[in-house]
Amino acid sequence: MKIKTYLGAALVSIAAVANGNAVAAEKLTYYCSAQEDWCQLMATGFEEATGIKVNMTRKSSGETLAQIKAEASNPKGDIWWGGTGDPHLQAAEEGLTEVYESPMRGELHPWAIAQAESGGNATIGIYSGALGYGYNEEVLKANNLPVPACWKDLLKPEYKGHVQMANPNSSGTAYTTLATIVQLFGEEEGFEFMKGLHKNINQYTKSGSAPIKAAARGENTIGIVFMHDAVKQAATGFPIKVVAPCEGTGYEIGGMSIVKGARNPENAQKFYDWALSADVQSRSLEVKAYQVMSNKTAESSPLAPDLSKLTLIDYDFKKYGSKAERSRLLKKWDDEVSVLSQ
Amino acid sequence: MNRTIALWLFVGLLGFCVLPWYVLDDGLWSFEWLTDGYPFDTDYAPALFLLLQGEKLWLSPVPVLLSLPLLGIVLSKLIPTRPRLLGQILCLAGALGLAYMLAQGFAIGIRGWNSELLVQAFGELGDRQFGFGYGAMLVCISFLFFLTTGIAARGAVNGDVFIVGAIGFVIALVGMFILFPVLNMLSSAVQDGDGNYSFGIFFSKLFSSKIWGLHCLTENRSCGVAWNSLVLALCVGALTTLLGLVFALVATRSGMRQAHLLRPLTVLPIITPPFVIGLAIILLFGLSGAVTTFVADLLGINPTRWVYGLPGILIAQLLSFTPIAFLVLIGVVEGVAPSMEEASQTLRATRWQTFRTVSLPLMRPGIANAFLLGFIESMADFGNPLVLGGNYDVLSTEIFFAIVGAQNDQGQAAVLAIVLLIFTLSAFYAQRRWLGKKSYTTQTGKGDSGIPAVLPRRVLIPSYILVSIWSIFTIVVYGMIFYGGFVEIWGLDHSITLKHYITAFGVTMTDNGLHFRGSAWDSFWTTLRIAATAAPLTAAVGLVTAYLLVRQDFAAKNAFEFGTMLSFAIPGTVIGVAYIMAFNVPPIELTGTGVILVLSFIFRNMPVGIRAGVASMSQLDKSLDEASLTLGANTWRTFREIILPLMKPAILAALVFSFVRAMTAISAVIFLVSAEHNMATSYIIGRVENNDYGIAIAYSTTLIVVMLVVVLVMQLLVGKSKVGRRVAQKITPTV
Repeated sequence: MKIKTYLGAALVSIAAVANGNAVAAEKLTYYCSAQEDWCQLMATGFEEATGIKVNMTRKSSGETLAQIKAEASNPKGDIWWGGTGDPHLQAAEEGLTEVYESPMRGELHPWAIAQAESGGNATIGIYSGALGYGYNEEVLKANNLPVPACWKDLLKPEYKGHVQMANPNSSGTAYTTLATIVQLFGEEEGFEFMKGLHKNINQYTKSGSAPIKAAARGENTIGIVFMHDAVKQAATGFPIKVVAPCEGTGYEIGGMSIVKGARNPENAQKFYDWALSADVQSRSLEVKAYQVMSNKTAESSPLAPDLSKLTLIDYDFKKYGSKAERSRLLKKWDDEVSVLSQ
Repeated sequence: MNRTIALWLFVGLLGFCVLPWYVLDDGLWSFEWLTDGYPFDTDYAPALFLLLQGEKLWLSPVPVLLSLPLLGIVLSKLIPTRPRLLGQILCLAGALGLAYMLAQGFAIGIRGWNSELLVQAFGELGDRQFGFGYGAMLVCISFLFFLTTGIAARGAVNGDVFIVGAIGFVIALVGMFILFPVLNMLSSAVQDGDGNYSFGIFFSKLFSSKIWGLHCLTENRSCGVAWNSLVLALCVGALTTLLGLVFALVATRSGMRQAHLLRPLTVLPIITPPFVIGLAIILLFGLSGAVTTFVADLLGINPTRWVYGLPGILIAQLLSFTPIAFLVLIGVVEGVAPSMEEASQTLRATRWQTFRTVSLPLMRPGIANAFLLGFIESMADFGNPLVLGGNYDVLSTEIFFAIVGAQNDQGQAAVLAIVLLIFTLSAFYAQRRWLGKKSYTTQTGKGDSGIPAVLPRRVLIPSYILVSIWSIFTIVVYGMIFYGGFVEIWGLDHSITLKHYITAFGVTMTDNGLHFRGSAWDSFWTTLRIAATAAPLTAAVGLVTAYLLVRQDFAAKNAFEFGTMLSFAIPGTVIGVAYIMAFNVPPIELTGTGVILVLSFIFRNMPVGIRAGVASMSQLDKSLDEASLTLGANTWRTFREIILPLMKPAILAALVFSFVRAMTAISAVIFLVSAEHNMATSYIIGRVENNDYGIAIAYSTTLIVVMLVVVLVMQLLVGKSKVGRRVAQKITPTV
């Protein structure tokens, strides 16, 4: 009996050591939808810069939107940073996030402001990245496959079982792909493309960047992802080559929003302005985030794909970010593409 | 009786007059409110002060109902001719009080009235309330025990206040934390996106071809998720049972010297965090995996992605769940009385005939249990299908992505959860039917001096082979896991490094003392704290329930048993979704706290505590209780001083199980973690998603070591309890 008591006491005291946050201080609840180490960098950076204690949760943008929606009647979060812009726009559309016009706006690229305006100023662009794909050189060679350069190359029968993309129902990246293809080729031809692609797909993954991670580890050959995700794998040392499709491509704008009814609104605004500053955005290179940052003077890596040299389509964020268009396209993809045999 | 009433009256008044009525913003353990405007600030005020200031007037019936029992005591003194009056008044006060508390809690929420109907009936409220805090909780508890004391006073269960109170308490807990969230979630299945009820949508979702389609039979594409899950679960149930049985036979009846080495091997998968086995399997059997490329080179064919889908999930689940089947079956195999087998052999049956017609049928309950466990574990498993599923979608992952995916459809998740529940509950029912009412008792009070029959050769040799293959495979997988934590980039750069451990668990000495710099420390301490809190509570609730089930007789005991075992058949994903839907809004506001994690663990793992308690309590002769009761002790004292000390092994089993489960569970946890309370497993998922296998594996290895230490310490304590038993016997006569 005694030993058990001691054991219990020991565990409790261990717990108490870890729980040294009883002192009331300024705090900020921070939802992050970018990669873990970037999220962490932002959290500790803000803590160091302001002394405000940051509580961070990292979840994908879809998960975070679901959480903010679930908590809408009793918000727990203050700020939501990172992740594709669509869920941020959706949140703005559903009135889940707060309108805020930051004094930092003057320093931003026009696309970041355009993003804010299409969300009624309840969100803003923090980075942007173009869609493309990457392939594993070694696996490609082992299978004697030609090097792809365009979207339409991916339809060739020799790539059967070698292409991977995420499921647009679960991933923002894949939805951006679908919307890009529809805007690039027109809806009818776009869906014909998706049907042809379907024959070559070996797996629709759940998460957006999974296809290129699988390719990096040699578990897949070609992964359709954002180019900065592919660049990151190459920079880590995996045998990945990045392709900017010749027909042109779409892009995403990573968003940031303040949760409506936040418990610490002033701190959320402080974070918002801080996150838009050039110094902070330049630090993205420390965690191998190769997106183009929204502050005009933020540094970018030589490895990062130069958006100005790509053929970018005129992506209609307002239309393709809206709930109605999104549901319609996804339903059409579900009914016409996903049901085909492979 | 009057002392019990006084106690609960005191608790109720404490809740009403002294403690803050509503939930505190800063969590249960913050005491800011003491210095920050208490007792007049309406955020922190007790109900009494709220009412005196003219706020929240709908609470005014509460003190009236709370003081009814006093009236009861006075009246029963004044009118001694009506002895049952006190019980009646207590029942009335308790039932009305509870009903009123819940009604006002559900009716008035954070935006005033919670339903349009109420707005139409009473007009706009112009006020709102948050969830129950300390004060409201205590008042509810005191109403509950008024009710049970009243029922006892009216003569239920021999008028035993402790027993009726315990039953009421367990029913309230099960109702609040299992039935309410699950029913609440199921009701969302029949709602469309805007909260309107629509059975048309429900049925079209329930019978959609995404769930039930049979295209895989005719075309080259995947079948509906329900069939996928069912096929997988049936395979896993059957194969884990077979493997578990083989293991149990080899361990007990082969005379193999090394058999005792099987036990530690089987413990490993139970204490392994999710994902890890899946990752190791990818590195062995994936497209570029060691085994796949080796075999492909050998045969001169192109390697394929064969492991993604059913084969991969099956292998991973067999590795993970066979040990559970083994642990269930070894008890049963040991329990088959050797004298029966000897009798069969005396009657000239061959070893094979004996095995087939005597030993095997006697193991039926164990086989049924092992199959059921494998089936349910497979249905609920989340980590392995996520990593290895390929295009083979199963219900548990689909539920998750219905909620978190871009489609974001809670109704769809609820529909899928219903399908999952139907499967698991049917399996539960089928198991009971199959066992039927036959007797499997082989052990009687008389000693059995027989020697267990050695296995027939045609069973023994394949068993050896299977066991060896499985053991080598397990050792290889764990070897790889261990190794993977120490290499630069697994699968690419195999230079040895400690950097993953340093990133995760780095500690630096600064002038201010130790500083835990590693990125994993936060979730590590949270996990330990929550597991250590949940384990004793799980054991306590489980054992009290077991005591009620074994030792007491009361009306509707079967329904009570079903209710308490229900959570066993509800997969973790379903519990997670149900909890987040039910406990995000008042009256019970728990999302984002550590409490919701602790609660989910308690109610997920309670059935195991109950089973352990029932098994061990059945072995204690009832005459011990009776002796204690005859000597004048009440049931509470008997439970505390006689039963509890004799049940140490069961208590420790329940403790170990719930601790380990709390450290490794993922399916429910993933929905319930928050910024402040992040758990180890959800941190690991984050790393896996980020292709950061090194840290994920380093963290998992650390968790395995920590759990091994905890399990070993607890096993030492089991050893001690045998000595403790002698002490307990010495005390018994003096009671």
